[in-house]
Amino acid sequence: MNQVVEGLAPQRVEAVRRPRLDWPLRRVIGAAMVASLVLLALLGNLVIPGDPLEQHLYRALQGADAVGVSDAGEVITSAPLGYDHLGRSLYHRLVAALGLSLSIAAGAVILAAFSGISLGLLAAGRGGWAERLLSLVADSLLALPGLLLVLMVSVILPSTPLALWLGLSLVLWVEFFRLARATGRSVLASPGVEASRLLGFGAWYRFRHHLWPEMAPVMMTAMAFGMANALMAIAALGFVHVGIPEPTPELGTMMVELLPYWREAPFALLTPVLVTFLLLLGLLLMSGSKARTSTAADTLEGARP
Amino acid sequence: MNLPSRLLQLLMVVLMVGGASYLMMQSLPGDAAWRIAAGRYGYDALDAAAAASVRAELGLEAQGGLHFLYWLGDILRLELGTSLISGESVWVEIRHQLGNSLSLAGAALGISLLIGPPLGLLAGLRAGGWLDRSLLAVCSLLRATPQFLLALVLILLISVEMGLLPAAGHGEPQHFILPAMTLALGLAAVSARLARDAMAAVTQTAFHDFARWKGLSNAQTFWRHGLRHVALPLVTYLGLQFVTLVEGVVVIESIFGWPGIGHALVHAIFSRDVPMVQGTALVLGVGFVLINLLVDLLGRQLDPRGVK
Repeated sequence: MNQVVEGLAPQRVEAVRRPRLDWPLRRVIGAAMVASLVLLALLGNLVIPGDPLEQHLYRALQGADAVGVSDAGEVITSAPLGYDHLGRSLYHRLVAALGLSLSIAAGAVILAAFSGISLGLLAAGRGGWAERLLSLVADSLLALPGLLLVLMVSVILPSTPLALWLGLSLVLWVEFFRLARATGRSVLASPGVEASRLLGFGAWYRFRHHLWPEMAPVMMTAMAFGMANALMAIAALGFVHVGIPEPTPELGTMMVELLPYWREAPFALLTPVLVTFLLLLGLLLMSGSKARTSTAADTLEGARP
Repeated sequence: MNLPSRLLQLLMVVLMVGGASYLMMQSLPGDAAWRIAAGRYGYDALDAAAAASVRAELGLEAQGGLHFLYWLGDILRLELGTSLISGESVWVEIRHQLGNSLSLAGAALGISLLIGPPLGLLAGLRAGGWLDRSLLAVCSLLRATPQFLLALVLILLISVEMGLLPAAGHGEPQHFILPAMTLALGLAAVSARLARDAMAAVTQTAFHDFARWKGLSNAQTFWRHGLRHVALPLVTYLGLQFVTLVEGVVVIESIFGWPGIGHALVHAIFSRDVPMVQGTALVLGVGFVLINLLVDLLGRQLDPRGVK
């Protein structure tokens, strides 16, 4: 964070700098992977309409059907990825599962980022008791494994998606809080912010023009990373049967449902696995995960001549 | 962090787990007595009489305003109560399961330390070389694979297809290998990257160059000037790894049928066995704080320059 302060040399403060994210190839590829899966979740049902819960038992574990008319002459919705063990269209289950997981994860990340950043800046700005108390709560939450927190919230709250959303937000806000507090502390003490305040600019202006440009790249990384963690948690809970209850399609649940049939229908099992893997890989590529490497560099800072 | 703030953190963890457990008890959907009776006697033997006897036995009727304070008092006196399902004391249950979990976690940590840091060090010494680049690719792929997916792949490949190891079970040494490997691969992916970054950073410092110039061999330079710097972030990371491990243990134990604390936790959540949930959560949270205290102390030993 020291570099951040040095970057704010007085002559550069006056210039309005836009938030800048650099987009190396890795990040572009990751963003493309995530964007295509988001598009699938959004538009999948419009391109090929269908019901993720509708059963065609006589087609259980069958491959894709090319025509929308069955042998008996009745019109059936086509299933481009084949059917699962209960004869439900894998494609539509996948689209529904993606939509559900993505919206829960995105909702959790947005709530966590909003509350984490506001509380972090509050702690950095106020200092004193407010900061100590908030940090204590954040540190104590860190001591409890995320999945455990989500599970406990899921017992308290009646609806599983709601519990997942709030539980995951409760886990994720800590990271945003810590980042915002660290950045806020150095930026709020900088001469640029002081000049802004003396010139009479309001809190929102100072946030928009001084704090956010410094925070944006780190926060974007944290958001992508938090999103990946949230998706992983949702799928993991589904996989051990404590996540979103059946028959609602969910990526982890789909995998565990299809596991017994993997020899007869390996492709059916492979679809949710591949989608989950690509989504997580894309998000991790987007995040760049440069944040972790800073610890090693910080340690050595004192040793440099 | 220093000792007093760790103690405060400990107290806060206990308060949060206690509060959450109390809320859990208050908001159990449906009739808790029926649920618990079903868990104890099975769904077939469930009737109103069984539920009523459970209700009377556990005192589920009385819920006053002071109840929460009593609840916290019980925790502070280390009275965790008895499991609603088995009727055993929570302590007895947890002591049994914690041993199993610790042995699994220890095995995983051991394997990950054997795989991760050595590979990372080799890659860091030649940053940008082929080993470095392939390690980066493998680590990225491993980190994008959730642990349960890794477990799935290992089970399908090694136990179902090749028939080399049992897919689930507990008691024999060979039962350790698959779950421990699953946990270890995920941990090793991160610790290898950390070791690599730390090593690469050390090789770029002036003192490292000087050590080479004054004629020390590669090995001497590493032992005298490299190892300590690389060890510090790794040790710090060990504390954080504990959370990853615990989280992994919850999922991995359920998949491999390992009778540990994670397995117990999932079952307790399933059957709304709040005292068990509270007990396991407390043990995990308190364990985390204590391990981090140890890590703090160890870090102070490794880097005595003082905290800013």
